[in-house]
Amino acid sequence: MSRETSMPALRQTAPPSVVRAAAKRRRLAVTSEGRKANWFTYAVLAFVILISVFPLYYAVQIASVTTDNMYGWGSFGTGSLALLGEHLRIAFGELNWTVALLNTILVSGVCAISVVFFSTLAGYSFAKLRFRGKAGLFGFIIATMAIPTQLSVVPLYILMSKLGLYGKLEAVIIPGLVTAFGVFWMTQYLEQALPYELIEAARVDGCSMIRTFWHVALPAARPAASMLALFTFVAQWTQYYWPFLVLGSNNRAVLTVAASTLAGGRYTDYTLIMSGVVLTSFPLVLLFVFVGKQLVAGIMAGAVKG
Amino acid sequence: MSKATGLPWRVRVSKFDVKASPYLYVAPFYVMFAVVGLFPLLYTAYIATRKWNSVGGDKGLAVCGATCGDGGSTPSLLGNFAWVLNQPDFWTALGNTVSIFLLSSVPQIILALFIAYMLDANLRAKTFWRMGVLLPYVIAPMAAGIIFNQVFSDNMGLINTVLTSVNIPAIPWHANRLASHVAVASIVNFRWMGYNALVLLAAMQAIPRDLYEASVVDGAGPVRQFFSITIPQLRATLIFVIITSTIGGLQVFDEPQMFSISPSYGGSNNQFLTVTQLLWKTGFVSTNQSNMGRAAAIAWLLFLIIIAFVLLNFYLTRKISGDGPSKPRRRARKEVAS
Repeated sequence: MSRETSMPALRQTAPPSVVRAAAKRRRLAVTSEGRKANWFTYAVLAFVILISVFPLYYAVQIASVTTDNMYGWGSFGTGSLALLGEHLRIAFGELNWTVALLNTILVSGVCAISVVFFSTLAGYSFAKLRFRGKAGLFGFIIATMAIPTQLSVVPLYILMSKLGLYGKLEAVIIPGLVTAFGVFWMTQYLEQALPYELIEAARVDGCSMIRTFWHVALPAARPAASMLALFTFVAQWTQYYWPFLVLGSNNRAVLTVAASTLAGGRYTDYTLIMSGVVLTSFPLVLLFVFVGKQLVAGIMAGAVKG
Repeated sequence: MSKATGLPWRVRVSKFDVKASPYLYVAPFYVMFAVVGLFPLLYTAYIATRKWNSVGGDKGLAVCGATCGDGGSTPSLLGNFAWVLNQPDFWTALGNTVSIFLLSSVPQIILALFIAYMLDANLRAKTFWRMGVLLPYVIAPMAAGIIFNQVFSDNMGLINTVLTSVNIPAIPWHANRLASHVAVASIVNFRWMGYNALVLLAAMQAIPRDLYEASVVDGAGPVRQFFSITIPQLRATLIFVIITSTIGGLQVFDEPQMFSISPSYGGSNNQFLTVTQLLWKTGFVSTNQSNMGRAAAIAWLLFLIIIAFVLLNFYLTRKISGDGPSKPRRRARKEVAS
C-alpha cells in the first residue's frame, strides 16, 4: 500500500469497519511512513546532536585559551584564534603530525584494502559456491567473532618481537589484515545480492571460476565492500591499545599514540594536549562529512541482517 | 560414466577449477587468520602456564610465588592463575570493570532505544539527524577520554563549574570510586549511543507498519505500542546489541587509561583500574617486573568472565523479552498444530 485512498473514496468503496479504522489511524497520525515528527522529537534530537558535537567544540575551545583560563567559566569568552593557531602550531611539531598522519592513513588504508579483498573472496565462496565442509568452516568464523581481541595481545606481542617488527608499522598492520567480521559481512551480503542466474550465465559463456568472480561477483559486491572498507578504516584509525603496546618507544608513529604521548609525557599543559586531540580527530571528522551517509547506511544495512 | 582420464584436457582443467576454486578462495583468509587469530589464541593458553618474563622469555612451568604462601614455590600449570587470583588488585579491577560496564551498557541501550524511537518518526532531513547522532563514532575513544578527563576535572572542570553555579557541591569525579566509574562510562556511552541507536532504528523500520495500524484499531496508545509491539519485535537486535556491548565493554582500556594524565593509570587508589589495564601493567610495564605469563593468565580469566556474562545476558534477555505478548500466541499456535 504505497498511496492512501482519500477518506471520501474509502467511505464509498469499503465496509464501515474499515472506514472507522482508517479514520482513527489518521487521527493518531500513524501512516505507512511512520509517526509524524512533532516539536518534541526535533528538540530531543537537537539535544542529542548537541551532546555529540560538544566534546569536539570543547576541545577546540580549550585549545584556544591560556592555561590560566581553562578552568571554570574562563574557557568561554577568553579564547582567541591567534592562541589557537599558536597551540596548534606547537602541537603540530610535537606530534610530528604530517608523518603520523601519513602513517595512520597507510595503516588504515592497507588494512581496509586487505580486509575487503580477503573477505570478498571468501564471502563469495561461502555465499555462492558449493563445497564439502562449508558449514563447518563458516561456523568456525562465527565462533571466532566472539573471541575478545585482548586474549591475543600477549602472544602477538611476543610474535612481533621475535619477527623483529616491534616498534614498526608492520606490527600494527599485520593483525588487522583479516577480520572474521568481514567474511561474515560479505557472505551475508552476497547471499542475497548476487543471483545464481548471473553466475550460471557467466559459466555457460565459458568463464573460468576466477573470471566469474572477477566479472560477476566483484561488481555485485561493490556496495558492501565499500562499506566494509570504511568501517575497517575507521576502526583502525581510532584504535589505540594494540599500537600503543607494540610501537613501544616509537610512540609518535600513528596519530592516536602520538596524541597520548603528548598527554602522558613532558606536558601537563592541557591547552597543548587538546590541540593534539584536535589535530588527531580533525582528519577523520572531515572524512565523516563526506562519507557519513555511507556509514549510516552501512550500520543500518548490517543491523537488519545481523 | 564420465571417467576423468577419458576426457579432453580442457574439460579436466575445468572440472578441477570447479572443485578446487571454492577452497582456493577461502584459503587465503584461513592462512592469514591462522597466523594472527588462531595461533595467538592457542599460544596464550600455553604462555599462561609458563613462567615467562618479557626479557628472559620462557623459564619453565609457572610458579605462584610468595603470595601463595608455602606451596608458592612449587611449579604448577595453574601457578599464574593462582597468583592473579591472590592479587587484591585483580578483584578491584574486576569490580571496577563490571561496574563501568553496567553503568555504560544499561543506560546506553535505554537511551539508544529512545533515540532510535525519535529517529523512527517521519523526519525532515533524515540523513542530517542520523549523521549527527553517529558523529562520536569517528572520535577515537582515547581522544574522547582526554576531552572528558578535562570536562570531569575534580578541580573546577566544566561539569563541576556548572554544578557549583547552581549550588550543588562539586563531585570528585576522579577521586571517588563510583563517580569515576560514572565518568568513564559516560565516555563509552558518548561513542556508542548513536551507533546503537542506528542499529535499533534499522530494526524498528523493519517492523511491519500494519502491526501498528492494527494496534490502533484495538485502541492502543503510543506507550502501549512501544512496549507491546516495538520492544518484542526488536528482540533479536537487542540481544545482538547487548552481546556486542558486553564483549566490548568488559575489555575497556582506552577510556580509563586516558581519564588520568599521570603515571598512576587507573587512579591513585586503582579506583578506576580495569582488568585490561591490569593486564597491561602486569605484562608490559617494565618497572613492574613485567610478567607475560601472568598477563596471559589475566587474558584467559577475562575471556572466561566475558563468556559467563554473554551467557548470562543471553539467558536474561530471553527471559525478559520472551515474557512479552508473543508467548501466549506461540503457545496457541502450538496447540493448533497438535
